Amino acid sequence: MLSQIIAVTGVNIRSIPARLGSSTVAVIGIAGVVLVFVAVLSIAEGVNATMKASSDPNLVLILRSGSDTEMTSGLAGEAVRVIQDAPGIARDASGAPLTSPELFVVVDHPLKRGGSAANVPLRGVSPEAFQVHNRLKIVEGRNIEFGKNEIIAGRAAAQQFVNLNVGTTLKWGENTWTLVGIFEEGGAVSESELWCDVKVLQPAYRRGNSYQSVYARVSSGDSFQQLKDALTSNPQITVTPMRAAEYYGSQTEVLQRIIRTIGGIIAVLMGIGAVFGAVITMYTAVASRTREIATLRALGFGSIPVVISVLAESILLGSIGGIIGGAIAWLAFDGYQTATMNFQSFSQIAFSFAVTPQLLLTALLISLVMGTAGGLLPAIRAATLPVVTALREL
Amino acid sequence: MRFLPIVWRNLLRRKFRTFFTMGAIFFAFLLFGVLMAIRSAFSMGIDMAGQGRLMVIDKVSIINPLPASYEQQIKQVDGVTDITHANWFGGYYQDVRNQFATFATDPESWLRVYPKEFDLPEDQKKAWIADRTGAIVGADTAKKYGWSVGQRVPIQGTIYRRPDGGPWEFTIDGIYDSKIKGADKTNLLFNYQFLRETIPEGSGFRDRYNWYVFTVSNPDRAPEIAAKIDALFANSPAETKTNTEKNFVSDWAKQVGDIGQIMMWIVAMAMFTILLVAGNTMAQAIRERTNELAVLKTLGFGEGRILSLVLLESVFIAVIGGGLGLALSYVFITMSGDPTHGLLPAFYFPSTQLVVGIGLVAMLGLASGFLPAWQASRLRIVDALRRN
Repeated sequence: MLSQIIAVTGVNIRSIPARLGSSTVAVIGIAGVVLVFVAVLSIAEGVNATMKASSDPNLVLILRSGSDTEMTSGLAGEAVRVIQDAPGIARDASGAPLTSPELFVVVDHPLKRGGSAANVPLRGVSPEAFQVHNRLKIVEGRNIEFGKNEIIAGRAAAQQFVNLNVGTTLKWGENTWTLVGIFEEGGAVSESELWCDVKVLQPAYRRGNSYQSVYARVSSGDSFQQLKDALTSNPQITVTPMRAAEYYGSQTEVLQRIIRTIGGIIAVLMGIGAVFGAVITMYTAVASRTREIATLRALGFGSIPVVISVLAESILLGSIGGIIGGAIAWLAFDGYQTATMNFQSFSQIAFSFAVTPQLLLTALLISLVMGTAGGLLPAIRAATLPVVTALREL
Repeated sequence: MRFLPIVWRNLLRRKFRTFFTMGAIFFAFLLFGVLMAIRSAFSMGIDMAGQGRLMVIDKVSIINPLPASYEQQIKQVDGVTDITHANWFGGYYQDVRNQFATFATDPESWLRVYPKEFDLPEDQKKAWIADRTGAIVGADTAKKYGWSVGQRVPIQGTIYRRPDGGPWEFTIDGIYDSKIKGADKTNLLFNYQFLRETIPEGSGFRDRYNWYVFTVSNPDRAPEIAAKIDALFANSPAETKTNTEKNFVSDWAKQVGDIGQIMMWIVAMAMFTILLVAGNTMAQAIRERTNELAVLKTLGFGEGRILSLVLLESVFIAVIGGGLGLALSYVFITMSGDPTHGLLPAFYFPSTQLVVGIGLVAMLGLASGFLPAWQASRLRIVDALRRN
């Protein structure tokens, strides 16, 4: 039986070049599905990676209760002082709390792609910010001097928006800014932002002495609970502290849900469509060899080897398609830089598509499933053909 | 007509193949429908943006509100016919996850500027205009939360807070619908005066609007009027950016970036791949029968008749598969709407694109039948009969 399987499968596979046209069509069909699957999900993976990069476990964000983004939050100067005195916050060598009250606004600035206006996030920070966001490093130029109209830009922002180079002057309304440096923060969301001194930003946006968020460092998980209890039980303020991971997860939730819902619908429809495509291809392949298969069966080959040989061919075609589709997706989309709208804060978020090994593996599995599904019915048909009629067929 | 049985027998000769070919075409066109809906969603309803409407926002950032005094100044610019304003409120119902677009506006002028987009019975209009704490809500949102006219609903704001921290209580004075297909029916609008009361006197945010919308008598003059308005407020603490509503929507859509476009390209490619497979099989089914066609010719069938028999067969497969696919996606998308439940308000299948789909179905049927039939007709009968 095994030798029969090997012999028939060998014949099938060696004869693929004779049916190059229809086989190519099947391969292209499956490659297309895999390409779509990987490409769409790599967008979601990319957003996810940016979100994860922002999830420092000891970083806590404090917003006004009821606000779901920094954009809509507001904290008066007095509230910020209460927060800074709360227990649980880590302190530096001199005993000062590691907190950074910040202001988050957007400015109207053109995208490189298409030149249309976009909402670029502009964050005002305090001097302590660089101890709180301790992974941030300046990779070009220098850091801002506090008290001056200076700006540093995230790496991704510099890539997506026009004119964000070290040394350029930017004019928004009555304020003129000089861009003095470019920073990186391990691929985090902040790399889509521009940073400046919060004290310079407050009057420019008529915010008086108010802020929108306070970022704080805690030393461990227990101190987060301590901080949370202290802040939520304090009647002077109504604020909600949350871990950075939780916050950035919720920030990209809408975007991810859109991509995954649409991606899912597309992948399912395409998958079924491609299986139908594979079925007709394999069916044509079997139909054109009806006489050949009947001859084999007349010679004493069993139906199982015939079924397996047809299946093997279709799985082979499927996996070739899967590899081609995966490779094209990886070459074309991995690391592709783009920016989109974060629907929760109306601001731009830059990220790059991420074709992860796991995604490729899933795609390959899908192509194998499609190959199997496509080959099954034609294989059974080949094996159950009545030998005598089949021999008579053209 | 009397040769229809031949076409029918040919279709049934390989039932299995016919069925799966139709199936593949069916899914390809189902995908086409989804593709068109994604397209309309990512363009954010740009087709619906008013021709004669312009918007004014703060030049530096949309989040900076403009002084209320601008209203009179803009109104006096030559060519401006009517003006209204809005503030983004960021409201939610009960849970912060239940967010929908909420604006504070001036009811009377808003309904004049958007007569078709916000379609209300006359009595509901009157009630809303007269009611300081009244609101109107889109049919979709009203249905989602089971609200009815006259009901009082508590809405929390993410941006504006009441001094007591509690929610705003609005009376639903009207539930708007829209005659425009795919229009956003999720908004809640309420009277700005009600919001104004809660903003402390002397605050930098009192009597300031996020944006103005105005209409012009002649849309061709829009660029000139926009320039005039921006010049009016140049070098003031709040400079303006004036543009057509269409351009604003288009810029907004572009902010979503190329991911929408990339998705569309990919789906388009996928659809054509499936069609290629199906078309190839349909052509193959006819190529196999070249010698039969020769027999028909020998029997005296004219070339035109053979061609029409073959075309009838391939068009039949395309129309059944593709037609069903188009119809189902149209009905399904129109009925179910946005699959993300409120994240993509403009998710619909535009009727104009349905025509494109029908065109594609016809092309598929004709092209996949015509090529092999034409090849067969070029062969001499003797050669064709010899072909196996």
